[in-house]
Amino acid sequence: MMRRMSAVLEIQGLEKTYRSRRRGVRKALDGFDMVVEAGQVHGFLGPNGSGKTTTLRTVLGLIKPHGGRMTILGREVPASLPEVAGQVGAIVESPQFFPHFSARDTLSLLADAGGVDRIRVGEVLELVGLRDRAKDRVKTYSLGMKQRLAVASALLKNPRLLILDEPANGLDPGGIREMRSLMADLAASGMTVVLSSHILGEIQLICDSVTIISRGRRVAHGSVADVLASNSSSTIRVRLEAVSDLPAAAQLITGVGAHVSVENDHLLVSGLDRPAFVTRVLAERGYWVSELAPMAADLEDVFLQLTGTAPVEGAHRQVDQSVAVGAPAAGRWGQ
Amino acid sequence: MSLFTAESRRLAKRRLIRWAVVAGLLVLAAVAVGTFFTNQKVSPATVAAAEAEATRSWQENVRYADEERARCEAAKGTADAGNFPPDCAQITAPAREEVQTEWFMPATFDFRDQFDSTWLVFAAILALVAFVAGASFVGAEWSSGGMMNLLLWRPRRLQVLGTKLAALLTWVVVGSVVVAGLWTAAFWFIALQRGTTAKVTPGVWQSVGLTGLRALALIVAAGVLGFALASLGRHTAMALGAAVGVIVVVQFAVGIALDLAEVKFMEAWLIPTYITAWMAKLYTIEDYNSCDTSGWGGCVPAKMEITWHTSGWLMLATVVLVLVPALWTMKRRDIT
Repeated sequence: MMRRMSAVLEIQGLEKTYRSRRRGVRKALDGFDMVVEAGQVHGFLGPNGSGKTTTLRTVLGLIKPHGGRMTILGREVPASLPEVAGQVGAIVESPQFFPHFSARDTLSLLADAGGVDRIRVGEVLELVGLRDRAKDRVKTYSLGMKQRLAVASALLKNPRLLILDEPANGLDPGGIREMRSLMADLAASGMTVVLSSHILGEIQLICDSVTIISRGRRVAHGSVADVLASNSSSTIRVRLEAVSDLPAAAQLITGVGAHVSVENDHLLVSGLDRPAFVTRVLAERGYWVSELAPMAADLEDVFLQLTGTAPVEGAHRQVDQSVAVGAPAAGRWGQ
Repeated sequence: MSLFTAESRRLAKRRLIRWAVVAGLLVLAAVAVGTFFTNQKVSPATVAAAEAEATRSWQENVRYADEERARCEAAKGTADAGNFPPDCAQITAPAREEVQTEWFMPATFDFRDQFDSTWLVFAAILALVAFVAGASFVGAEWSSGGMMNLLLWRPRRLQVLGTKLAALLTWVVVGSVVVAGLWTAAFWFIALQRGTTAKVTPGVWQSVGLTGLRALALIVAAGVLGFALASLGRHTAMALGAAVGVIVVVQFAVGIALDLAEVKFMEAWLIPTYITAWMAKLYTIEDYNSCDTSGWGGCVPAKMEITWHTSGWLMLATVVLVLVPALWTMKRRDIT
């Protein structure tokens, strides 16, 4: 079996099926694959109910899979999880702590349980900005503060792999920026970070690579740039000096074989190999182009397109209404 | 060992457990204080006063009997005669020795005879504390997400649950032994001040020790049951609900239904019977329905004896029946 030594987390063909008398059979994970390389900040994206949290819980040994293989730091899990757990820090879903304990108590109890020096408790409390509230009971904390505490608990072990499920949930804008900076610092220190989030702008800013999951299967993966490039169209936006000229200009461009969509104050043109050809055609007929710009897709566009979860006017999308991809290719361990 | 230490610290930090322990100790203290103030030391003067009181009571009885006999004689040949026996000589007063001096003695605490029976109160209260502590210790961990956090650090489920249980039971045993020592000392003091410590032989101490051990076993079993039930339901309320359900539905409803159906030895279906048998070594249930009361002289009702052996096996079986599924579900069920 070929295994890339730099891969910190590898998942192949992961399956999890829930059966209930009322709801029948539901495949939460349907042959899901994922690879996270060492030192990366990896975004893990998917609509609600797509299988993100199930994947993370399965990797962490909280849920038993019905099929597939997983490795963390080169060791098969869940069999070797006790050996690698000391090198994996994680928070899964919303942060949950005993409300009557203080942050310091919570972390020191975890440190004791994991054999971590208690001096580390103060360090991580400082790192996540909870130093001055460390003695307060957790029940007095806001959601954002609990989130910081959750990140602190995950960092307590000084892990090689950090798995964070929605770490920015409940954080204020300053907190989100601090979290972004923290992720960058951790990655720079050599830590590998898996980040599940719905704040796609953040993911695009801080992640090196992404995996997108929909209905239990991987629909896209790779570096952020590659995913954006492979899913961007060659559409260009054209503005004219006079908005009244748009219909006539659209006719001219359509005449040369392009597809044109007339918007309020601009045209969207696709199907042309050379965008400059638009300038030439319009200039020949005396229409002056004021803007000619390629339409760059961002991660949110790609996500909505790949998962089929873009809002449709007048329709109310239900959870689980997302794109199902074809059957997974077998035996692509480490791809 | 680090996990055991952490779990011991966690146990000590739990508020509900602290409150339960304090409440249990206050109740035990109240029992001891109550016993102290409701007993008094017997002196020769106390005995003399009791004897005088017994004599006064006997004389009262003699006077009453004389008056009744006179009324009986007067009623002969009247309609009132039916209220008296045909032979008025049958109306007699009791003999002096039948009015016992002990009836007029104040309560006094005899360590030799009475201390053993206090273990039942001790065991019942501490068993309740252990049950609540056991249930809360693991139940709150599940409902607050603490168990999931812990398993992210220690992904060996049975080891984690087992260590939690070991920490709980260790401190339940240590605490119970300390409180048992204080309990014994308190009642020894009560006996010295408000009763007697006479005839407390090594054999008596051996009996006290064995009863104390059975009390400890009951407390430990209650702790395990609370822990296992809360672990099964993944919530403290599961254990407390089960306990309330057993008491209300099973004990009261079954008790009433069996009583209405006049089931023989109805008490054999009730838990307190087995707890009492466990602590007192023997509990005799009498079936008064089998007693023929139509004739003079009364009767001897049918009896059923519950021994501490029966209770012990039943307690062990209950603990195993709840603990094994709790361990199995811990190992098998997803944590979501």
